[in-house]
Amino acid sequence: MTAVSAQTDPYRPQVWRIVEKQMETADTATLALEPKDRANAMPFEPGQFNMLYAFGGGEVPISISGDPRETGRIIHTIRAVGSVTRPLIAHERGALVGLRGPFGAGWPVEAARGKDLLIIAGGLGLAPLRPAILDALHRRSAFQRIVILYGAKDPDSLLFLGDIADWRGRPDVGFDVTVDRAGQDWHGNIGVILRLIKAAHFDPANAVAFICGPEVMMRLAADELMARDLPQDSIYVSLERNMKCAFARCGHCQFGPHFVCKDGPVFRLDRIRALLQTPEI
Amino acid sequence: MLSADQVKPGAQAVLSRADFDHLITVLQAEGYDVIGPTVDNGAVVYQEIDNAGALPEGVASRQAAGRYRLEKRADNALFGYIAGAQSWRPYLFQPSRTVWRAEKSGDELSFTEPEEPAPKMAFLGMRACELAAIELQDRVFMNGDAPDPDYAARRSGALFIAVNCGEAGETCFCVSMDTGPKVTRGHDLVLTELIAPDAHDFLVEIETEAGAEIARKLPLRAAEPQEVGRADAILAETAQSMGRALDTNGLKEILQDNQDAPQWGDVAERCLSCANCTLVCPTCFCNTTEDVTALDGESAERRQRWASCFNLDFSYLHGGPVRPSVEARYRQWMTHKLAHWIDQFGDSGCVGCGRCISWCPASIDITEEAAALRRHAEEADNGEN
Ligand SMILES: Cc1cc2nc3c(=O)[nH]c(=O)nc-3n(C[C@H](O)[C@H](O)[C@H](O)COP(=O)(O)OP(=O)(O)OC[C@H]3O[C@@H](n4cnc5c(N)ncnc54)[C@H](O)[C@@H]3O)c2cc1C
Ligand code: SF4
Ligand code: SF4
Ligand code: FES
Repeated sequence: MTAVSAQTDPYRPQVWRIVEKQMETADTATLALEPKDRANAMPFEPGQFNMLYAFGGGEVPISISGDPRETGRIIHTIRAVGSVTRPLIAHERGALVGLRGPFGAGWPVEAARGKDLLIIAGGLGLAPLRPAILDALHRRSAFQRIVILYGAKDPDSLLFLGDIADWRGRPDVGFDVTVDRAGQDWHGNIGVILRLIKAAHFDPANAVAFICGPEVMMRLAADELMARDLPQDSIYVSLERNMKCAFARCGHCQFGPHFVCKDGPVFRLDRIRALLQTPEI
Repeated sequence: MLSADQVKPGAQAVLSRADFDHLITVLQAEGYDVIGPTVDNGAVVYQEIDNAGALPEGVASRQAAGRYRLEKRADNALFGYIAGAQSWRPYLFQPSRTVWRAEKSGDELSFTEPEEPAPKMAFLGMRACELAAIELQDRVFMNGDAPDPDYAARRSGALFIAVNCGEAGETCFCVSMDTGPKVTRGHDLVLTELIAPDAHDFLVEIETEAGAEIARKLPLRAAEPQEVGRADAILAETAQSMGRALDTNGLKEILQDNQDAPQWGDVAERCLSCANCTLVCPTCFCNTTEDVTALDGESAERRQRWASCFNLDFSYLHGGPVRPSVEARYRQWMTHKLAHWIDQFGDSGCVGCGRCISWCPASIDITEEAAALRRHAEEADNGEN
């Protein structure tokens, strides 16, 4: 027998504590986490994700939705859809969870320096984009126009209401929101986000777009941007695939030759467009 | 007998069949679990063996698409079968293992890896394609970012005693994949079985110091030039008699550029999506994790086990799989193996061992499917010109 020390397995999570919990909508909560024992910060790039483990539930990939300058705590916004996400957000303040990360390649905010920055979010897709928005707004003068377009199912499912109020009120941000359906008390846009893209102000020769939402929505949004002459290599999307390891070793997240967990989740559109158009990749 | 200082990396020597038992005894005395070929349930499998009597003496294996059976050989060769039914993969990349255990009580949550010392294993009878497959799995499991500690521990303690193939199988195509039949790297010792009417010997070639340490304890004699010549001739003959061929020229692009070809639908009509091919392939690395909680609610563990891209839950997302059709799943398997592997890890993920052909209940042959796709691509090209 060779003596083998029980080496730390890259699958082993760190223990983090939920220090704040806020319900965003009926089924979505934003959790603030702090490391239980380590006081050190966790730097991350906008668009990166962590693997969150709920004891007794399991582990799933969740994007970081907080401010990249605030590394002492980590913010996640989670929609309860199944056997892991439900127990994750059922946790009360003070509860402990497992966390591995951060993983993946995020939004190249730097690529938009000196240009118009377009942020296009569908539903929960706003969560992984929020760090990029906060980052850009911290150094607002590094960019030309900042346009944020947000589509949601209905007014009740809008996330980050505080941010929305802030962005809407800023003269240096072009913010617009639309919902698929709404009651009488909604005075905003109703309809698909494509209409907002059609009407948006930006210079296609000098702009970068970040899109996150359901895959169909991202495809259509990208087509609409291209119809407005924004080149493919100025468009970035964030993909979602089943993930078990997050370090290119379980094979689950493969998208053509790419490991979404490592090469993505954010991809430049021209590098994956053909795959995106092929069914069942 | 050779003197101890003559037995060193680079040296060639001869071990007689009559002394073959010594090899296993020496390995055991050095603390190795000896894993070698033996006949079990009508197939040659790699299992722990106690003595040379367990080896498949005089056994031949015959394989064809969807078929595998054992026959008697005319001679008493110990390694006269084609590579084993299952590869060495389970011994390094375990089919199932506990990754960590979690304990929860009050305001505590802790994770610990099980302290299981890795077995010290000697693999006896490894073929060139199998060594090539391990080299590929090393790239997956020992990558710099996140090496798999269990794989790494098993791998680093293992001794590899290879055997040059004296015959090629009907489903073999290592020559096409440039992985065999001659053992050229990754091994500690390599044997070539030399059988003559009046003699039965093994040419032993020493590659590493770890191999030399074992060889020094064996009753070896110097190799005659004509014995080395015979070993070369056997390998040349094996290379000439491959049962299958796979044209890899431009194959990566053919696969990646023809994801919508009708051939995928054609193979899907035959494929049962049984996942056998992924189970027997020596390079398949996909795995999944399961988190299970004990009934007391205070302890849990994560288990890692082999997974297959043919299973529906493999690609599960939002209430459904990303690849519901068999067509998409076969396409994923074959394109990954023969094309995406090159982008991901620098080489094809196929070493040409032929197992997926022999063990496919639908007799699907990866070399034929690749050739069909090539014909389709060439026709499409001609149509355009
Ligand atoms: C890179 C990335 C970032 C993500 N960011 C967020 C986020 O910020 N907020 C959020 O609420 N959700 C996010 N998701 C989706 C989230 O991972 C899934 O909702 C979650 O895995 C569902 O798990 P479940 O066990 O609760 O659901 P079930 O329906 O019970 O799922 C069973 C299993 O299938 C897999 N699975 C199911 N749906 C998905 C999915 N959409 N993506 C990946 N695996 C899935 C998981 O392995 C899951 O454990 C992200 C996914 C990815 C890949
Ligand atoms: S794909 Fe088939 S022939 Fe190639 S290494 Fe795997 S099992 Fe062997
Ligand atoms: S190719 Fe053959 S072995 Fe592989 S999943 Fe299909 S039927 Fe099973
Ligand atoms: S999540 Fe395991 S390979 Fe990407």
